[in-house]
Amino acid sequence: MAEMEIRKLLHDPTELVTRAVQPILWLGIFGEALSKVRAIPTGNYSYLQFITPGILTQSIVFIAIFYGLNVIWERDLGLLQKFLVTPAPRLALVWGKMVSAAVRGLFQAVIVFIFAYLLGVQIILTPFSILIVLIITLLGAGFFTGLSMVIACIVKTRERFMGIGQVITLPLFFASNAIYPISIMPGWLQFVATINPLSYMVDGLRAVLIAGTSAGIALDLSVLFVTTLIISLLSAYMYPKVVM
Amino acid sequence: MSNEHAGIIEVDHLVKRFSADVVAVDNVSFAIAHGEVFALLGPNGAGKSTTIKILITLLAPTSGNISVHGLDVRESAAEVRRIIGYVPQTISVDGTLTAYENLMLMARLYDIPRRERTSRIAEVLQLLNLTDHANALVRTFSGGMIRRLEIGQAILHHPKVLFLDEPTSGLDPVARQNVWKHIMELREQYGTTIFFSTHQMEEADEMCDRVAIMNAGKIAVIGTVPDINQKVGKTGATLEDAFIFFTGAQLEDMSNFRDVRRARRMQQRLG
Repeated sequence: MAEMEIRKLLHDPTELVTRAVQPILWLGIFGEALSKVRAIPTGNYSYLQFITPGILTQSIVFIAIFYGLNVIWERDLGLLQKFLVTPAPRLALVWGKMVSAAVRGLFQAVIVFIFAYLLGVQIILTPFSILIVLIITLLGAGFFTGLSMVIACIVKTRERFMGIGQVITLPLFFASNAIYPISIMPGWLQFVATINPLSYMVDGLRAVLIAGTSAGIALDLSVLFVTTLIISLLSAYMYPKVVM
Repeated sequence: MSNEHAGIIEVDHLVKRFSADVVAVDNVSFAIAHGEVFALLGPNGAGKSTTIKILITLLAPTSGNISVHGLDVRESAAEVRRIIGYVPQTISVDGTLTAYENLMLMARLYDIPRRERTSRIAEVLQLLNLTDHANALVRTFSGGMIRRLEIGQAILHHPKVLFLDEPTSGLDPVARQNVWKHIMELREQYGTTIFFSTHQMEEADEMCDRVAIMNAGKIAVIGTVPDINQKVGKTGATLEDAFIFFTGAQLEDMSNFRDVRRARRMQQRLG
């Protein structure tokens, strides 16, 4: 499935360009503007450095969260029924979707890195940091793809999914450490940010890409691994129900 | 365990209840012989789709014993999936991939051994007369070509039974004839049992060894077309007369808004 996703992008790369617009706007306009204000405490790093991992995470999550829509679309087309009638295990089908989202996420990572480089943002790209980016993209895209598939299986229609998708994506982004540190949030929001897997994606990416440290990576990866595994199992259980 | 002497599909007292008041399939029993071409007819809501969904393991029955090639669809769902192919009514190929890629995806999902995949795909492309279009994006295909490719995806693993849900819906007469020519070749070449649902009476009349007409969750009549027509008690009765006789429905009245919208969208997409 993931290979077919790459082939689709190669047949029609325009989607890569259109998807690149949002992170470029966030970095180029929001990032540039806020870095001039200097209102947000980002320690030893520039604001643009601080939000680059956040914007990358946002791109990955926004791609993944709409994979549920893809499931409903495939159900309406009959593709999903065809997949479910094959002997492929349900879990393998779910993982196929997760890896597909991660593949698209990695294309986003390349775009964000190129644009950040053009803006003069200092990013640490070493074999280790690239490996961690790969793992976090895979796990993070996996978790949010799984979450969107569970939502799709519950709501079952495109219209309802679009409504819910929009309602949850922005709060997920804002209730995280993507564009400001958790320490400046009120207590209740700090709690939400702490249980938001998106925060662990940002934290891990920020550690390896900006700080150049592996401190805290183990916790970030563990949280993402466990949550992705749980949501995989839940998705695999719910996936066949979308056709009923 | 498989038993060659029994029917390849055996449905015994199948009941599917969605809620206390909604019984989609109401105590249905029938058997299909190996290599038979069998059609399920009936108005919308008669229980055809539910019956097919149960046979292809997408839906669990409420009660009854259902086996395909001797395998219980509930207890051995994974094994049943290895020996059946399914072509949904709606377009079930990915237009953004080529014909070859669509087939390769299914070859992998059917777990066809790596060394055999390319030869199986070539065999299917040739059988369905699509070899020259193997590397074209499917969104450029005509309706008949799309349907042939969908059938190709469902037969890569040489299934013993091929289920088709309204296989020629939305196709013009030429494409329809061509699709059926290929389906019948499958039976000749591989002995595949063909089980399909349709609203096209002439299609059922021409192609089937036997048909069943479902109405309100029950099988109203089952048999060869001449036998069924004879039961209408009218000289020169057609299958359409039999359909109206056994269901009390006019063919015109079969579709609701959703069905019409879906059918028209599909016709539009199939060109």
